Amino acid sequence: MIRLFKDPKFQEKVVFLFLFLATLIIIVPVVLVIALIVARGSSVLSWEFLTAMPRMGMRAGGIFPAIVGTSYLVAGTLIFALPIGIFSAIYLSEYSRRNALTRLIELAIVNLAGVPSVVYGLFGLGLFVLFLKFGASILAGSLTLGVMVLPVIVTASREALQSVPKTFREVSYSLGATRWQTIRHAVLPHALPGILTGAVLSLSRAAGETAPILFTVAAFYLPRLPKSVFDQAMALPYHLYVLSTQVPNVKLELQYGTALVLVGLVVIANLVAAVIRGYFRVKKQW
Amino acid sequence: MVNASEKIQVKELSVTYDSVPALRSVSFSVLEHEILGIIGPANSGKTTFLRTLNRLSDLNPKLKSSGEVLIDEKDIYKKWNVFQLRKKVGMVFALPSPLPISIFENLAYGPRRDGVRNKTRLSETVERSLKAAFLWDEVKDRLNESAMKLSGGQQQRLCIARTLALEPEVILFDEPCSGLDPISTAMIEDAMRELKKRYTLILVTNNTKQAARVSDRVAFFLMGELVEIDQAQKIFTVPKDKRTEGYVSGRYG
Repeated sequence: MIRLFKDPKFQEKVVFLFLFLATLIIIVPVVLVIALIVARGSSVLSWEFLTAMPRMGMRAGGIFPAIVGTSYLVAGTLIFALPIGIFSAIYLSEYSRRNALTRLIELAIVNLAGVPSVVYGLFGLGLFVLFLKFGASILAGSLTLGVMVLPVIVTASREALQSVPKTFREVSYSLGATRWQTIRHAVLPHALPGILTGAVLSLSRAAGETAPILFTVAAFYLPRLPKSVFDQAMALPYHLYVLSTQVPNVKLELQYGTALVLVGLVVIANLVAAVIRGYFRVKKQW
Repeated sequence: MVNASEKIQVKELSVTYDSVPALRSVSFSVLEHEILGIIGPANSGKTTFLRTLNRLSDLNPKLKSSGEVLIDEKDIYKKWNVFQLRKKVGMVFALPSPLPISIFENLAYGPRRDGVRNKTRLSETVERSLKAAFLWDEVKDRLNESAMKLSGGQQQRLCIARTLALEPEVILFDEPCSGLDPISTAMIEDAMRELKKRYTLILVTNNTKQAARVSDRVAFFLMGELVEIDQAQKIFTVPKDKRTEGYVSGRYG
């Protein structure tokens, strides 16, 4: 038996099996979660569910305002966080030298990523809702979510920029390009797929988080759609929370249907990103 | 006393990397329309020297230089605009380094950054440069394909052409054939012999035979010092310095 364990071929098989099983375990919860949601929620999916206002104290009708609200919030988050995140990633990766300040910034980013989302909610309440007097609004909610996803975008963009081979930069400089020309034409285009990944990850987080929007934008129920960025809005994760805990006698299918829509939106965003990444990968390879 | 045919004058150039000397007070001249071969073992300062000439060394804050380098009698640090300098002093890197864009766009990269927008002018530049690098016939029908699809030797000629597109006067070759097969190497060497009619070439190489084949003059670097510079023939047959003799006869390095 001991001899068997010392046999390199046997070791090889054991290690392979072990690693393969570990990987398989990752798939299991994903499949189960999606299967559960689809099994229980797909029965309520209908055109009306997606496009109608809720009725009868949200026990019937659709979830249209929550879909609209979440879409606005995601868009607002990206409009705010994407440029700032990408610009600071460019600064950190291409311009800054390693010194006390950049280390402090890096530390801040790491810590920002570790802050619990409910703390962002309180922060957004204090800064955007109360101090800046935006009130509970799409603007306040987007900004709060934006601050939350900034570290994701900065980290992903920075890694994408740094994975662009150093040769590209040297080639560009050797052809007389300035630093900005080099970044713009020899680095950024090749970092785009990675930056996109960061954007989609943050989009998924912004769409799915409940705590940051709890005090800053989310409405229990609104009879009409938001008209401006200073209006409150309903949002899918909060609506799900409300249906599950705050409204008595809701059909279980309604909750799972809402979850299904939320997961579906995120999956669609991921798929779109994957297609775009695939397109880049075929076109540019090194 | 300035000799009119001295394209580059190097005066007591010293470079340190993280305060470790990489070049120690090197002085010599590069003549117009010659191929100057630079040979020497690893860490002898050859590549550092090359990167100083087009100030690509500026990118590395750990590199500090003193002394003077004059190109066309103008100090590269004081009189030259660094971007103009890099257009005048082209560089071909050790490994083929096409950008992952089309062949055409690789060639047009330099001129575009230089502000050329005119399509016809860009096309003319691309064609002229590819012809000068003996690549035109092989790629003329697929200029819009990715440059990454070319073979290593083609890629290296593409890089030469890309440099030529900026109409440089000096071209630096940093071990341009280190990753190439003998046939591709021969093609690059042929191209170099042709190019020296119009340009001044500096070739850093680990391959002493290659230096002997293509160089007019050869400089031997050792531990950051210029040991000897002379006609290629003399360096390889009757070197003045014992260390040169040892290196070219393959006793060390």
